[in-house]
Amino acid sequence: MSTTPAGDTTRGTTSGTTLRITPAALLGSRRAVHMVERNVYVYRRSWIFLVSGFFEPFFYLLSIGIGMSSLVGPLRVGAETVAYPVFVAPGLLASSAMNGALFDSTFNLFHKLKFAHTYDAVLSTPLTVADVVAGEMGWSLLRSGLYALSFMCAMAALGDARTSWAALCYPEALLVAFAFSAVGMATTTYLRGWRDFEMVMLAIVPMFLFSATFYPLSVYPGWLQAVVRLTPLYQGVALLRGTDLGSFQWAMAGHAAYLAILGLVGLAATRARLGRLLLP
Amino acid sequence: MVAAARGTPGAVASAAAPSAGAQDTALVVARGLVKRFGQFTAVGGIDFEIVPGECFGFLGPNGAGKTSTMRMISCMSPASGGTLRVLGMDPATDGPRIRARLGLVPQEDSLDLELTVLDNLILYARYFDIPKAEARRRAASLLELAQLSERARDKVESLSGGMKRRLTIARALVSQPDLLILDEPTTGLDPQARHLLWDRLYRLKQEGVTLLVTTHYMEEAEQLCDRLVIMDHGRFAAHGTPLELIGRYSTREVVELRFATPREQADALALGETAQRMEVLPDRILLYTADGDAVLAEVHRRGYAPVSELVRRSTLEDVFLRLTGRRLVD
Repeated sequence: MSTTPAGDTTRGTTSGTTLRITPAALLGSRRAVHMVERNVYVYRRSWIFLVSGFFEPFFYLLSIGIGMSSLVGPLRVGAETVAYPVFVAPGLLASSAMNGALFDSTFNLFHKLKFAHTYDAVLSTPLTVADVVAGEMGWSLLRSGLYALSFMCAMAALGDARTSWAALCYPEALLVAFAFSAVGMATTTYLRGWRDFEMVMLAIVPMFLFSATFYPLSVYPGWLQAVVRLTPLYQGVALLRGTDLGSFQWAMAGHAAYLAILGLVGLAATRARLGRLLLP
Repeated sequence: MVAAARGTPGAVASAAAPSAGAQDTALVVARGLVKRFGQFTAVGGIDFEIVPGECFGFLGPNGAGKTSTMRMISCMSPASGGTLRVLGMDPATDGPRIRARLGLVPQEDSLDLELTVLDNLILYARYFDIPKAEARRRAASLLELAQLSERARDKVESLSGGMKRRLTIARALVSQPDLLILDEPTTGLDPQARHLLWDRLYRLKQEGVTLLVTTHYMEEAEQLCDRLVIMDHGRFAAHGTPLELIGRYSTREVVELRFATPREQADALALGETAQRMEVLPDRILLYTADGDAVLAEVHRRGYAPVSELVRRSTLEDVFLRLTGRRLVD
């Protein structure tokens, strides 16, 4: 038993390279797939929790889109005038991507980190911290992808998708999820107890409410507009709304770059922090 | 006593492997290994080698540095100084490749509570890139070995402490490791579960699996370990086979005497001259000697009447307490 090296099962590992933080190493090795596999195993037996997230977008679109549109008239966006549901749908898609990503990366990660000690076992196998981070990110994106898809189906069904450009909202929603997932994970590594989540909510709720999701940025005074423009959710909302309406501007490339960089920085920070926490 | 059978000749100067040239084949080689956490030195420069097929024990009180050493060997904690080679590789750069060939049983069970017993094994095998069909096959046979086949579909949460421990050991074996590292495998188990586990470990050893065990059950160490080190304050206080250690640091037998009153016990202190060494505890006197019956006869001849008297063989526990003291360690 002991004399047979487990060589046949260990082929093709990236060994030393994964210890350095390079963009490639941020993606982990192909073993990261097993981290995704773990989550599939878990949710295979509790798929109902996945399904609940599936219906959430319908509720949002129906309640806010249809409900509010009877009170709010058409809105002017740039040169165009659009109905309220059309205006609000891409904003809701961005917020929903944010919420989904944050739930996984904060509450779920914190539980696995502090209570379930999930990663202690994982790190005693050939998987590395980079694999854990990449795998959890992969799972988070899979899940967000599923929700974004259902949201977009709902948008299409309700006639809120304005142009065929709207299909591009899908990868963009994933980009929003990526950025928030990464920042969420990095933040979670600093949390000491459930109480600290109050602070997290203190950041999320105002962002959700004030990031021009429900009304145009122009309702704010100039200084507040400037503040809101800095928030990551505004970047996501602006990106998705512009795409949905088919009115592209150079600023949108900036929004996308902002989210991508935020995500990469968050991933690198998460890796460094988890390494220190889990492998002291 | 298993260790005697494998007996290594004479006293060893360091915890180096018994046979010459063992360095080339040793699974683990440590030289001046150090682990620091900030100002605190958990492991203060230790040297040892672990050769294929042996059971090597780390004994020591809490905080002696055993777990830190285990974590460094399992590439889950970087060394702060010295050199460490595991399976011929450097843990700092070859972590994944080394861990691919290790089986780890951590001190605290780290089973995946969200999964079933069977899925825990299958998924752990998947972490080692073992194909699914093979993972299922191994999981089934390991569940049998761990006597958990009937609980395969249950959630881990519902298992008893002993079952969880057995599952953790089964999990560590799913990758068919060259070296099995067990950090206090039997702590917190009831005697039945403990004996069942010893039995399993002994069988694994017979199958040729190299074992690295930390424990503070001296009985466990005496039965399982071919060689062991006693660690205290991050250093080795002693090393050798269990029999060597008993021979070197204790006597063949121990006479334990308990007296009715502290005054009687105080009077009995003169008995120290009848033995090689005497230890006075709050409630009894221990006389270390080669011939317990002779000492006991002398005790009676001198007219002492202890309320209880016991002649027993010296154990590793006597060695352990002598070397690490009787003070309480937290």
